[in-house]
Amino acid sequence: MRRGEFFRRFVLIPPTLFGVAAIVFVLLRVVPGDPIAMMIPPGASAADINRLRAFYGLDQPILHQFVAWFGQVLSGDFGRSISLHQNVFELVLARLPATLELALLATSIALALGLIVALVGIYLRGRHAEWLVDGGIGVLLAVPDFLWALILLLLFGVLIPWLPISGRIDPQIDVSFHSNFYLIESLLTGRIDVAAALLEHMILPALALALPFAALVARILKASLAEAEDQDYAQIARARGFSRPKILLREVFPNALIPTVALGGVQVTLLLGGTVLVERIFSYEGIGNMAIDAVINRDFPLIQGLVLTFAMLFIALNLAVDFVVTLLDPRLRHG
Amino acid sequence: MPLSSGLIGNSAQAAPSGTLTIAYNVNLPSFDPTIGLSAVNPTIQSIYQAIFDPYIGQAPDLSFKPGLLTKWGWNSDRTKVTLELRKGATWHDGSPVTPEDVVWSLQRAADPKSGNPIQFVWSKVGNYKIDGNTITGDVVEFEPTLFKWMAFLTGYILPKAYCEKAGTEGFEKAPVGSGPYKVDAFERNAFLRLKAHPGYWGPKPAFDTVVFKFVTDPTSRVAEMESGGSDVTFEIPYEEFDRLKAKPGLVGQTKPVSDIAMIFITDIAPMLDRNVRLAANHAIDKKAIVDRLLKGYGVPIATLEAPGYAAFDPSIKVAYDPELAKSLLAKSGYSPEKPVQFKIQTTRGFKPKDYEMIQAIVGMWRKVGIDATIEVYEIAQHFELRARHALAPAAFYNWGNAIGDPSTSTGFAMFGPSPHCAWKGKDLVERIGPLWGEKDEAKRIAGYKAVDKYIAEEGEVIPLFQYVQPIIHKKGLRVVAQSNGMILPQLITPA
Repeated sequence: MRRGEFFRRFVLIPPTLFGVAAIVFVLLRVVPGDPIAMMIPPGASAADINRLRAFYGLDQPILHQFVAWFGQVLSGDFGRSISLHQNVFELVLARLPATLELALLATSIALALGLIVALVGIYLRGRHAEWLVDGGIGVLLAVPDFLWALILLLLFGVLIPWLPISGRIDPQIDVSFHSNFYLIESLLTGRIDVAAALLEHMILPALALALPFAALVARILKASLAEAEDQDYAQIARARGFSRPKILLREVFPNALIPTVALGGVQVTLLLGGTVLVERIFSYEGIGNMAIDAVINRDFPLIQGLVLTFAMLFIALNLAVDFVVTLLDPRLRHG
Repeated sequence: MPLSSGLIGNSAQAAPSGTLTIAYNVNLPSFDPTIGLSAVNPTIQSIYQAIFDPYIGQAPDLSFKPGLLTKWGWNSDRTKVTLELRKGATWHDGSPVTPEDVVWSLQRAADPKSGNPIQFVWSKVGNYKIDGNTITGDVVEFEPTLFKWMAFLTGYILPKAYCEKAGTEGFEKAPVGSGPYKVDAFERNAFLRLKAHPGYWGPKPAFDTVVFKFVTDPTSRVAEMESGGSDVTFEIPYEEFDRLKAKPGLVGQTKPVSDIAMIFITDIAPMLDRNVRLAANHAIDKKAIVDRLLKGYGVPIATLEAPGYAAFDPSIKVAYDPELAKSLLAKSGYSPEKPVQFKIQTTRGFKPKDYEMIQAIVGMWRKVGIDATIEVYEIAQHFELRARHALAPAAFYNWGNAIGDPSTSTGFAMFGPSPHCAWKGKDLVERIGPLWGEKDEAKRIAGYKAVDKYIAEEGEVIPLFQYVQPIIHKKGLRVVAQSNGMILPQLITPA
């Protein structure tokens, strides 16, 4: 991607976010079900309902509400959560690191696993054992992340209860953190026991998110490796007497990496979306879990804040992926 | 660590230690028990009642008992209330609970600007005066259920001085109550850790530490119990309940709770036809639904008053009689060959077997000449449609009534001007209207029984059954199940 293209993408970010914000804002208010309907107690009269509606500013026309809210957003104030009674921006900031750490761990596992499977698969190319690898990839791909979550929960939480199945850290552990990046902070400060306790809680949800992603990485990378291995430069290297593992790693692998990074990058955004259900199943305290509660409670300000956060993450990830692909592919770098 | 630590085989251990871990079915959105959505969510009240004291306590059978208030009542002509505050109670920060705290909490709840959803109840008394530990207030408008509300939703006493000093956000970060437990650690959407309040006025809780793990997924709650990660859980599928209670080391107990399943009937065609309404009632075999779909965990009911409610009348019956249903429909020109058609709305997965239950009911109806089509909606949609009087002719819902008063069941569900009512008929407005201000309690209850009988005879709602709450806990524990569905850690003790 050239400099002009990057500039164009950056310029498009504000209108994209505005569009997302406007669509979500309007949709939430036209779809049946609002927070006031959820909190009307027995005995409330029409006047009581109107009073509550006015209290939360939902009695104004949608355009008026949107202008007021978006004005606040521009000044960094995403409003107050109706159900949690706290500043939305602070709430999201407090929970986002948990999701980012989980996504990072899941991505690392997926990339490592996908890479190993792809390399083993390509090494076994043409042999009967390759079917085993392809079959395994197919199984991993066929099962969605939330189902992996349930399988892992029952397998390692119940049948062979090796690992904790809920939360981010053991409720009995008393640790104070300066940031909300618990894992990264504990690793950086050398608190290995705390990091181990955190990893114990993260490993199952991370694995649930990682398995389908790993299968996709393995399939794309293996296909790209196969295609690259058939290219003239690989055949020539072989004719010159280089060993197959050496050709695969030094010649074929770098060229096969580009489509994997491009498609894998898109998959990371899907992985982030997958955190919503997986966090719920493992009672993990990230923004995905929070998003489900926000939707159940029709907490409009929180839903809006969370959707904007996800949108910003997706945009940032796509830009990062494009940037990495550009670095890897000289054709894109030089136009 | 919980009673057992989650290692292999530990699920059967039950040696009590100082920590009780409860796998809880909802997240705790907010610590303020008087404002917003969480204040009116009955499921969260167990946590609130561990941290805060309600004005008046409630026994497991829904009867009322002294809480922070030791005495309460009306004067003879119902123009004044008198409240007496317990002496010696302290807040979690060590300061005393004062009558000023009580008055401030009541005035705050009554303030329209506070955002208290039950403000319309609290605003019916004002002009409070303090004399020692006795508080008197003037009745603005007589509300017969006022003291019952003091035991439930938003009926909590908060510390005036601390709330004013900390502000809303400060209180959310470090809440202070006077209940048996104080907040020790809170990880939103993950867990809440409580420590016993040493200055608590009531019996000392058996466990020094209580951990509420927020495990909202029922499968995960079952796994928590099987892995030994938690000591108590509830609200799990009945099939799983039966399976878990058969396991060594785990005990299952059930209790009918103040929550009923019902079908709202909206006063639109074809439900304006009495024959259709009564046929829809008589065609449903409630016992079969409870036995087959809910594994027997439910109590069929004929009115909106469940056993244990103040106006429950066991003499009112609505028989399962498909032949009667057919003959009623025939009078209106309908038959299985030429069925009456309407829509029924239901949630799916919000309550155990809700959708399957409605499928079964639609099947029963079809046999007598009712062709109902099912529409699935979210619970939030139900609330809004109901408030707009836009529900389908039939709509499934579960109605909670933790204070067991007929005004908070039949009253609000069937009184036309109420936003919760689907049947807006003048007949019920005339019958229920005078009961709101009835000052003679016996007359009020008798009045509601008469209304319930009338509703059953007219078929203006379809009560289905009272829910039964399944609780699973480790052997070695004694859990006192509450009729209002609460799981109170202060009432859980080593067996």
